Amino acid sequence: MDKSIINIQDLKREFTIGAETVRALKGVSFTVNKGEFVTIMGTSGSGKSTMLNVLGCLDKPSSGLYELDGVNVSNLTKNELAKLRNEKIGFIFQAYNLLPRTTAIENVELPLYYNKKVTSAERKEWAENALELVGLADRRHHTPSQLSGGQQQRVAIARALVNNPVVILADEATGNLDTRTSYEIMALFQDLNSQGKTIAFVTHEPDIALFSSRTVVLRDGNVIKDSPVEDIHIAADALAQLPIEN
Amino acid sequence: MKTVNLIKIAWKALQRNRMRAFLTMLGIIIGVASVIAMLAIGEGSKQSIKEQISSMGSNMITIRPGSDFRGGVRRDFSESQTLTLFDLEALEEKSTLLTDISPQVNGSGQAIIGANNWPTSIYGVSPGYINIRKLELVDGTMFTEQEVKTYSKVAVIGQTIVENLFPDGENPIGKTIRFDKIPFKVIGVLGEKGENTFGQDQDDLILAPFTTVQKRILAVDYLQSITASASSEEVADEAVAEMEDILRASHKIGENDDDDFHVRSQQELISTFSSTSEILTVLLVAIASISLVVGGIGIMNIMYVSVTERTREIGLRMAIGGRGKDILLQFLVEAILISITGGLIGVLLGIGSTLGVSTYLMWPTSVTTDSIIISFAVCAVTGIFFGWYPARKAASLDPITALRYE
Repeated sequence: MDKSIINIQDLKREFTIGAETVRALKGVSFTVNKGEFVTIMGTSGSGKSTMLNVLGCLDKPSSGLYELDGVNVSNLTKNELAKLRNEKIGFIFQAYNLLPRTTAIENVELPLYYNKKVTSAERKEWAENALELVGLADRRHHTPSQLSGGQQQRVAIARALVNNPVVILADEATGNLDTRTSYEIMALFQDLNSQGKTIAFVTHEPDIALFSSRTVVLRDGNVIKDSPVEDIHIAADALAQLPIEN
Repeated sequence: MKTVNLIKIAWKALQRNRMRAFLTMLGIIIGVASVIAMLAIGEGSKQSIKEQISSMGSNMITIRPGSDFRGGVRRDFSESQTLTLFDLEALEEKSTLLTDISPQVNGSGQAIIGANNWPTSIYGVSPGYINIRKLELVDGTMFTEQEVKTYSKVAVIGQTIVENLFPDGENPIGKTIRFDKIPFKVIGVLGEKGENTFGQDQDDLILAPFTTVQKRILAVDYLQSITASASSEEVADEAVAEMEDILRASHKIGENDDDDFHVRSQQELISTFSSTSEILTVLLVAIASISLVVGGIGIMNIMYVSVTERTREIGLRMAIGGRGKDILLQFLVEAILISITGGLIGVLLGIGSTLGVSTYLMWPTSVTTDSIIISFAVCAVTGIFFGWYPARKAASLDPITALRYE
């Protein structure tokens, strides 16, 4: 359980806008080990989004070290970064980002199209399995417009799982959902985490952070708090306590 | 990404916007269809000109007197009298590549029998003429060499003459018609040939021994032209050269002097008239190609719209591992699919409309495989060319901004 998946040391990210230099991350260090469920919190402007972009290999740090599953990201080319994203990261977005008018199963298959090693039989099988894992096996031929918000996010989670990534990166994954559905999604995350999945969850909602095992809080480009969650809430229990609707 | 998957994904993307894809294709469809139809019509008219000229005798060679230059005065060839019976004899004797040879003297005037009369032309020729011009006798016989030598007043008449001089359907054979007061006994009737490419009625003629026409009608001793047929189409050019040599010798023309005659083969005539129709074809195809370019611009436009519209999709594809190249290919394949599908439909429509034109308008047409291959290739290139810029725009998007694009 001690194998570090994410290793960040003194990571800085600066943007030059005109004559001004904006320092979004001012020397951040932390590691995430295999099997951890970390929430990264922070208000807007804290460097949270920049952190997520760097973690997701969409952006490269200006200086400092970022190792993902033992690979130093700083030295990679654009295409190598794309390959890394394809094989090691599962993305989940606030707005789901599913392809419209495309069935659930096809949406889930999508990442595998960019991996030449995966045959079309494997692609179908893995996508079926991933949909089953999020409990949507019977909706595989539904398009996003025929699914509820929660269901769409489940499809997105299945898509993030299908390539068996070393880490799942979620960006405000519950931001568009009501409380009940949020809890359902968090229950799913906890379930995945218990199966050994490493999860980094970016959010600004403190109550969502309580479902994770550790919280990293960013402010003004610095880590101001990095501590384990003492009283981890069980999302399934929280769900049971919600007043029953109708 | 694998090519099969690339095509599959592009096809699905087009399926999501069927109406739009079809309308975009329409530009290409119309472009390709019109290129093919125009080429078919052009090629058809070229072939029909060729056929019609050939039907007058594909191996035919005509010698006309050329410009004459005497005492410092240039004269028009129609009044020059440089072709004579000596030339005819020289050609008959020395040429090796000719099968038939006939002099020709023409006169025009009124053909009369009883109360009927008709303005027409009389052709003074020798018996070989009907072989050279591929004329057929439907009744009676052609006059003989003997009749030529004896200045016989016999004639072979075309269908137009028959219709106008014998409107009641009598048999003209054996009847005597008058041409400019000279009586001719009709001994043969020619089969119908219709109009030629230039609108000339090929049945409006009277054939008679050239000696008779020379002496009794025109009162001249020169020849207006000589027609001959080469033994085959292949040796026609050689035969022309040979005849030129013979005539230069018999006219005693010095090495540096111009010919005082013109020898033309039917092949030259074909190429002269074909070139006219070729220019027309080039013009038509140029106009049709413009619509193909307009169609291409349509593709480019819609691909730009598509890239903007699907910015988030592009961002997502990049986030889950799509490389710039994958995105570029995806949009490029979409553009090519539009243009190729449009091209296929265009080819079918082009062939269809060509058939329509030849069936209902009775225009001669001919769809060539070349035209299909060329227009199809042009449309594939159109797809690549006009799809490239939008696709490159898509590939160069930054995934971070693309993902958050509203």
